[in-house]
Amino acid sequence: MELTELESSLREQAIRTSLMAGKPKLYYFNGRGRMESVRWLLAAAGIEFVEEFLETREQYEKLLQDGALLFQQVPMVEIDGMKMVQTRAILGYIAAKHNLYGKNLKERALIDMYVEGTRDLMDLIRVHHKFSSEEQEKNLALINERATARYFPVYEKVLKDHGTEFLVGNQLTWADVQLIEAILMVEEKVSTILSKFPLLQDFKTRMCNIPTIKKFLQPGSQRKPPPDESYVVTANRVFNRK
Amino acid sequence: MSGKPKLTYFNGRGRMESIRWLLAAAGVEFEEDFLETREQYLKLIQDGHLLFDQVPLVEIDGMKMVQTKAILSYIAGKHNLYGKGLKERAFIDTYVEGTTDLMQMILTLPFSPPEAKKKNLPLIIEKAKNRYFPAYEKALKQHGQGFLVGNQLSWADVHLLEAILMVEEKESTVLSEFPLLQGFKTRISNMATIKKFLQPGSQRKPQPDDKYVATVMKILKEG
Repeated sequence: MELTELESSLREQAIRTSLMAGKPKLYYFNGRGRMESVRWLLAAAGIEFVEEFLETREQYEKLLQDGALLFQQVPMVEIDGMKMVQTRAILGYIAAKHNLYGKNLKERALIDMYVEGTRDLMDLIRVHHKFSSEEQEKNLALINERATARYFPVYEKVLKDHGTEFLVGNQLTWADVQLIEAILMVEEKVSTILSKFPLLQDFKTRMCNIPTIKKFLQPGSQRKPPPDESYVVTANRVFNRK
Repeated sequence: MSGKPKLTYFNGRGRMESIRWLLAAAGVEFEEDFLETREQYLKLIQDGHLLFDQVPLVEIDGMKMVQTKAILSYIAGKHNLYGKGLKERAFIDTYVEGTTDLMQMILTLPFSPPEAKKKNLPLIIEKAKNRYFPAYEKALKQHGQGFLVGNQLSWADVHLLEAILMVEEKESTVLSEFPLLQGFKTRISNMATIKKFLQPGSQRKPQPDDKYVATVMKILKEG
């Protein structure tokens, strides 16, 4: 059967649309923020996703009016027929669905503890750009202190005591993905942060070479850069902040 | 008495209260070790009991668990309070994140300076009435069962009841526009294990007072 050009292109569009219908859709600003960990986890799991970037207040108000945001907040991810909000809930669902949440209750418990730790560390950096330059100096010192005295020693010890390539069990989990995300994020602020953590250095190399993660780390991926002025301006405008 | 979870925290609500609620709702007896001095806290750190140098700490099933969310998830998973299947878990996770955000605002209030306290309390009540309670009222309406998720008690229900009572302590009429939440509150409060926890003499802690705030600040050496 021969198709006309129009039929061909309509058919292509239909296929693309139905393929996209299966892909998770992320609603957020065009920047890292709270959504970045979701991008990391989907990418590590090899899941393609699409993104809708919030640029205007009108877009946000439409989402509110349509009842798409349970608590009036983003991130929001459309996935498997649900409009999921609350970053941690979204990450937990993706992890469980894609075999990144360990094999039993106790492995889950370890993963949960580890991701809460890296979450706390990344939260210090997530808000960094909102501070005045004087406050940023203090925050940077705090980030450095917390990374080197509280968090990285823990993960270094876990790798040492656990004795496999991963934090939990013997395969990649959400805990590993969030840790590599945190390491790279801190390194952007303090490039020598891993100098006293040889096992974390090896971990970083190994993780960055995992094909899905390697791909995510290449230019042109959906990974977002650190926040700049325009990101702050956009967020303030969308949320009507003074 | 081994076998019972052991909770290490200050003698007050803080971040441990949700854990007390969940264990109580699950009918699980637990013991408590109260932090009263900085020396106790430093010793816990020196002995390597606190993964991230922080409490809450719950010793349970041979693990020294930290991080409130991790502890709650484990208890919920173990005691059949985490729904049936991935999607129910997803709903429960989403709902508890909302009630956590709401309760967190109240939890941190006593530790803020007096002008901030005065300013923030009305904002919290406003958020409860305009953001959170409407979401849960709607969830109950759409779901059409007595519970937020599935057809039995889950972590989400326990957490919501805790949040409702906590906000009501600040403003007693906060549920006036939410008939389903009123019904929910009555029903869940009357469940045997929860009813017991709500009675005087239980391990439920009272609202924080100045003495509690001073103790916490002294132990953590903040401010």
